[in-house]
Formats: sequence, structure tokens, C-alpha cells
Amino acid sequence: MTSTDRNDRPRLAVWKFASCDGCQLTLLDCEDELLPLASTLDIAYFLEASSAVGPGPYDLSLVEGSITTPQDAEHIRHVRRVSRRLVTIGACATAGGIQALRDFADVREFASVVYARPEYIATLERSTPISAHVPVDFELRGCPIDKRQLIEVITAFLAGRRPVVPGHSVCVECKIRGNICVLVAHGTPCLGPVTQAGCGALCPAFNRGCYGCFGPTETPNTPALNTKLRRLGVSDPDLVRVYRTFNATEEPFRQASEEAEGDA
Amino acid sequence: MTHKSVRLGRLSRVEGEAALLVRAHDGRITDLQLNIYEPPRFFEALLRGRSYDEPPDITARICGICPVAYQMSACQAVEAACGVEVTGPLRDLRLLLYYGEWIESHTLHVFLLHAPDFLGYDSGMALAADHRGLMERALELKKAGNELVATLGGRAIHPVNVRLGGFYRVPRPQELAPVAERLRRAREHALTAAAWVSGFDFPDVEFDYRFMALRHTDEYAILSGCPTVSDGTVFPVQEWPAHVVEEQVAHSTAVHARLDGAGGYLVGALARYAINSDRLSPLARTVAREAGLGPVCRNPFRSIVVRAVEIVHACDEALRLIDGYTEPDAPAVPVEPVASIGHGASEAPRGTLYHRYRLDEDGLIAEADIVPPTSQNQARIEADLREFIEPRLDLPHAELAAWCERSIRNHDPCISCSTHFLDLRVEAR
Repeated sequence: MTSTDRNDRPRLAVWKFASCDGCQLTLLDCEDELLPLASTLDIAYFLEASSAVGPGPYDLSLVEGSITTPQDAEHIRHVRRVSRRLVTIGACATAGGIQALRDFADVREFASVVYARPEYIATLERSTPISAHVPVDFELRGCPIDKRQLIEVITAFLAGRRPVVPGHSVCVECKIRGNICVLVAHGTPCLGPVTQAGCGALCPAFNRGCYGCFGPTETPNTPALNTKLRRLGVSDPDLVRVYRTFNATEEPFRQASEEAEGDA
Repeated sequence: MTHKSVRLGRLSRVEGEAALLVRAHDGRITDLQLNIYEPPRFFEALLRGRSYDEPPDITARICGICPVAYQMSACQAVEAACGVEVTGPLRDLRLLLYYGEWIESHTLHVFLLHAPDFLGYDSGMALAADHRGLMERALELKKAGNELVATLGGRAIHPVNVRLGGFYRVPRPQELAPVAERLRRAREHALTAAAWVSGFDFPDVEFDYRFMALRHTDEYAILSGCPTVSDGTVFPVQEWPAHVVEEQVAHSTAVHARLDGAGGYLVGALARYAINSDRLSPLARTVAREAGLGPVCRNPFRSIVVRAVEIVHACDEALRLIDGYTEPDAPAVPVEPVASIGHGASEAPRGTLYHRYRLDEDGLIAEADIVPPTSQNQARIEADLREFIEPRLDLPHAELAAWCERSIRNHDPCISCSTHFLDLRVEAR
């Protein structure tokens, strides 16, 4: 069934893989936009919010979560087959998420720490982004994603254009917001210079250094930042941890943490 | 001789995904398993070697629906290890942040996940098509909670402003004024909501629950308190490991918890209400009485009423805290690492959430243990299903499957927390 023979509204699906539910919850958190959205789009598949399950294909699929099990590696192929456009939402789906910290360890050992009977646990050695398994039309970053950016992605899809999501760093957002630079003025370690904008420079607005939850910006100069952070007294083991949180396997962050690890 | 087999796909309107298998023979349920397939994310393992001040940010990522609960239990556990207790205005601000999460999380469950069951809709959006004004007020109520969290925490999901010892920045009183304005309207919506849900048609059923909730000397416990069981047992949080033992079940990536040797106890809204209803705000107590709740409610379908009462309480208390707010002298008290063990528990919207951390001499986490509400409730949810479904095995399949889903949804299980889809199969031989 196509979108036109049921009604004219484009059909939306929301899918979950290994994740915390927070990014799909962002859709339900659009309190002012949810009801107009529900009349503009046919929310055909959104298990967290609805028991009604409309059959595919879907015009737009939002995918939350990373791939960590053999079944999910199969399931994402199905999702791609039934989706005209597939957009990943959040750090898990775009970068593997916090659960990708297993990539730097032995997942069997991890399982034995958490479960008395690890043999019952079916899990992959690595937590991988959706793009490692199927072609992705757009990746929306953030842990969690930003509500305004999610609305932009859906609006752009409805208008048939690319979403306008900036690739510059958090530093630009700090200037726009009028934040005092916590790194320069307060000596607070901050990942803002190497982190993609999107949150609105939240952490610096709260007198805190950015912790990189939107992942690396387009052209991050992590060596220069590391020099600065070391001068502020950040130890190499701390540098490793700073880059290894929610986007640890994004290449620039991985390299920066491995460089610090080599020095540690 | 009758054999019965029901298989239901993924359960909807729960947070996360799981499966249910029910087998029945001659009108008796012979096997019942709530299977949780949430892919394991290994938080307790990946926390090892992290700095002592990282658990609030890292464990928030266990659950996007109740990140503040994770942050609060984590902070209090690490602070306990370091010999620090956050008191006074900073503790009040933590409470205020937590009330914001209760308002948004409970409103999500009451209106978008649970109420459609009672009115025969598939979703809150479908309900909104017929009851637009009602859902607009519900979303305004939810938004008031989210904005409270965002004002104090920076954003509604995974707030950035929580740290050991308090906050990175505390709000100026004038920042809270517009929040209070919205909360006053929200409280009116909450009162209407409580009256509305109390008029739903509830199945006439009561279960003999063994409840556990935190109890606080003078608050309806949310941020802290002593674990208290309906049989009279009370113990300090640091004795949690001696009372609550988790065991892994083969059919699930979640673990079942046993309390003093016996499984099947209940945490969450019904438990809190049974143990602490005398501590509700006067307005919330009046609302509870008018909604027809006695001092204890053992009907899980009526948990929606208890949640509505708790929303009123949260709005009420949040307003009281904002009215009495004076800006703390410092946004946080210092917390230096100590090689020690610390325990912390708070009342997540879905029930008691316990954290324990062992810190080493370098201020790193040597060991972490997290017991989420849903792993405590899983065995009791299975028991609810057994008791409620067995007399109804003769119902048509679709109806039976719907009752199974509803029995689970009553407890607002957060499967992302415990560890993702509910695939219900009722098999009868």
C-alpha cells in the first residue's frame, strides 16, 4: 500500500535498537508540534506511542539505537527495505553510543561482570552505527538529539529538501549565545572546539565544559585542543576518558583518545 | 481437555521491547515468561575505570525517560562513599528537578501510554483526534514538567547541569518565576486529570501485593529515604545488598530481584502510595480521597489514578519549593574521592532505583551495581498476569491478548532500564 491510496499523508515509522529511548522520546517531547505533526504525517509505526501497527513501506523511518546483536543486524536490513528515507537519530544510531565502549574492551568479560550466566547473552563484540549495516539518508547527532533539529529534519523531509543542520563547532554557538568562554576565561576543560554544534552550547551556558555529546565537528583539531587541555592540567588517562563517552568510536575522537592512551 | 495458545507481537506503549509467552492446559496456566530482549548494554562493566564523578552523566544514558532518577541515585551513592551529604537549598533544588521529571514521565504514561487502554484507542494521538482539548492540556502539563527539568538541568533528556555535590550553576530566582507560572496552570490540569481518570472503568480485581518503597521522615519520599516493606521491614540504604538479591533468568537479559529471600514484590506508584500516602501534600491527599483511593490501592489498573495523584503532589511541592527558593551560596559542595563503598537510592517514576559504587585509591570506579525498578517488578508482573489471565483464558484471543498487554502496562515497565520488545505468545496445549 502506498501513501496515496490510503490517504495523502506521508507515513512515518520510528524504530528502536540498543538505546535508552531518549531520542524517540524527543518526538513525544515536541508538545507544541506533536498534534499538528500527527495530522500532517501518518504515524504508521511507533511502538512506544501506539498499538496501531500500519504495514510498510514507510516514507520516512527514524532509527534510534545501535546494532549489538545478530538479530538486530538482520532487523535493520528489513527496516531499510521498507523505508523510502532512513534517518538515524542520536549518538547510538550514528556512532554506536555509550555501549560502544565495549569496542575498547572484551565484550565476553563485560558480560561476565554483569551476568551470572553470560552464556544466555547473545551479543556482538562491537556496537556499530546503523550506517555500518545499511545506507543511511541522513544522520542526526546528539546524546540526546535536539528537539529543534528533529523538527527541522522532519520539516525538510516534508518539503523534499536537505535538512539545514550546521557542521560547525559548539564554539560558534557560544558566540551566538553570548557565553563567556569557559576554556579561556575559567580554565575549564571543554570539548566545544572539536564538537559539532546543535545543542545551543548548553554546557558552557551552565558554566560547564562541553563533554562532546554531539560528536566531532567536520574538521576537529584535536591535537591543538589536547595541547591546551594538558596545559590546564588534564592528565592523559583523563583525556582518554574525555573522548570515550557517547561518541567514542567516531574516528577523530577515537584517534584523540588513542593518542592520549599512547602517551599515558 | 482444552489446549490454548496465544501469541502476541511486540508490546506497544511501553518504554523498551520485550516478549511474553503464556502456555495453558485445561484452563490452567502451565508456563508464563516475560522475556526481555533489550540488547544488553553492560553499564556496570563499562563504568569500571571511569572517574568517580562520571556516573551521573553516564548512567543517565541508561534511560531517556527517567535520566534524573539515574543522576540522583548515582550522585547520592558516590557522595555517600565520599562522606558527603547534600542538604539545604541544594537538596531542595535536586528535589525540584526530580519533581519535573515525575511530572513529565507520569503525564507521558497516564495520557499517552495508559489512558488509551481505558477508552479503546491505539494511542494518545488517536485519543487526541476525538478529545483535542483534553490532550492539549495534557501536553501542556507534560511540557511544564519538561521545562522545569530544562530550566534546572539545561535540557529535558540527559540534563547537563547535575554534578556530585549539587549543580554547575544554580538558577536565579527570576528564572524560576515563569516556571512557577506554568506549574500553577499545570496543577489545575493535574486536578482535572485526576478526576478524569478516577472515572474510568476498572476491572474489579485486587492482588495481595508485598510493597516496597523508600520512606522519608517528612516527605513523600522521592529523592531519599529508607527502603520500607509493607510487612514492616525497614532498612537503611547501605544494607540493600543484604536484603535485595538479583538473579538472572534464562529467558531474559534482565534480572529478577528477590527481597529477603522471596521474589514477587512490587515497587512503583502503588507501593509508594501504600507506604507513604500520609506524606502527600494536603491537596494531593484530598484529590486521592475524592478519587476514591483508600490508604492502600491493590488494584493495578487503578495505578493510573495513583500516578495522577502523584502529579498533583509533584506540581504542588515544586511550587512550594519555588516559593521558598533562595539562591544557594555556592552551586555545589566539594566532593573529594575516598576509597570506599557508597549506596544510594531514590524513587524513579517507576519505583526504587538503587546504585552502589566502590571507589579505589585513584578515585576511579572499581565496581558498580545498579538495580532498576523493572528488574524488581518483573516477577510480580508475571504473577499479576497469572492471576488475572487464568480465569479469562476462555476469552477470544484478541481480547485475551489485550488484557495481557494491559496487565503489563499497569506497572509502566521501563524495559530500556532493565535491559526491548514484548512479543506475547500465549500457547496452550
